[in-house]
Amino acid sequence: MKFGILVNEGPYTHQASDSAYYFAAAALRAGHEIVRVFFYHDGVNNGTRLGVPPQDDRNISARWAELAKDNDVELILCVAAAQRRGMLDADEARRAGKDADNMAPGFQISGLGQLIDAGIQADRLIVFGD
Amino acid sequence: MPVLHIVNKSPYDRNSLDTCLRLARADAAILLIEDGIYAAQKNAAASDKVQHALGKHPIYALQPDLQARGINPDNMIEGISLVDYDGFVKLTTEYDKLQSWL
Repeated sequence: MKFGILVNEGPYTHQASDSAYYFAAAALRAGHEIVRVFFYHDGVNNGTRLGVPPQDDRNISARWAELAKDNDVELILCVAAAQRRGMLDADEARRAGKDADNMAPGFQISGLGQLIDAGIQADRLIVFGD
Repeated sequence: MPVLHIVNKSPYDRNSLDTCLRLARADAAILLIEDGIYAAQKNAAASDKVQHALGKHPIYALQPDLQARGINPDNMIEGISLVDYDGFVKLTTEYDKLQSWL
């Protein structure tokens, strides 16, 4: 079965990023396909590569990146939500005249259309948030 | 078109469980995750309405979230089924639509 996952909450806030990750991992383990994980609102903060969590704590963005790499899963940040919150890939940083970008590997910036498309392509769309 | 309603907030924090129970159709099931699992406790202020809802809908609770909050399964309302993340995924395949009450 094909799943789309929507994450609306930032990492280390309540539990949405963790629940979404464990759900995604379990779905892949069961042989399902994840069409896309779409990060919206504060969820875009999952995509930073500059987080330095304590060594004995989980690294949420690195964990997403690894899941995406191992299973060929698309991790998409909503562009409007990302720009507002200073989540920039190299292209967006250049375009906005910023001195740095902060996107973790495996994440891409795209539009809300990708969420709609995930809803169309997937058999199930599941939402995690606050 | 059976719906799986996913409730992630404590009934002592928000009224999302009440809204969910009011709107859920007869063929729907309810899954309690994150702080939503506080609704699964017996002998608590919300126990009666959850007990009543069990007569209408299957109710599930996510075991890792129960454990994370130190709630003993013995203190759960009888009839609520525990699932792990594999069981969570399985439930989402068994219902046509997933409604998260954020």
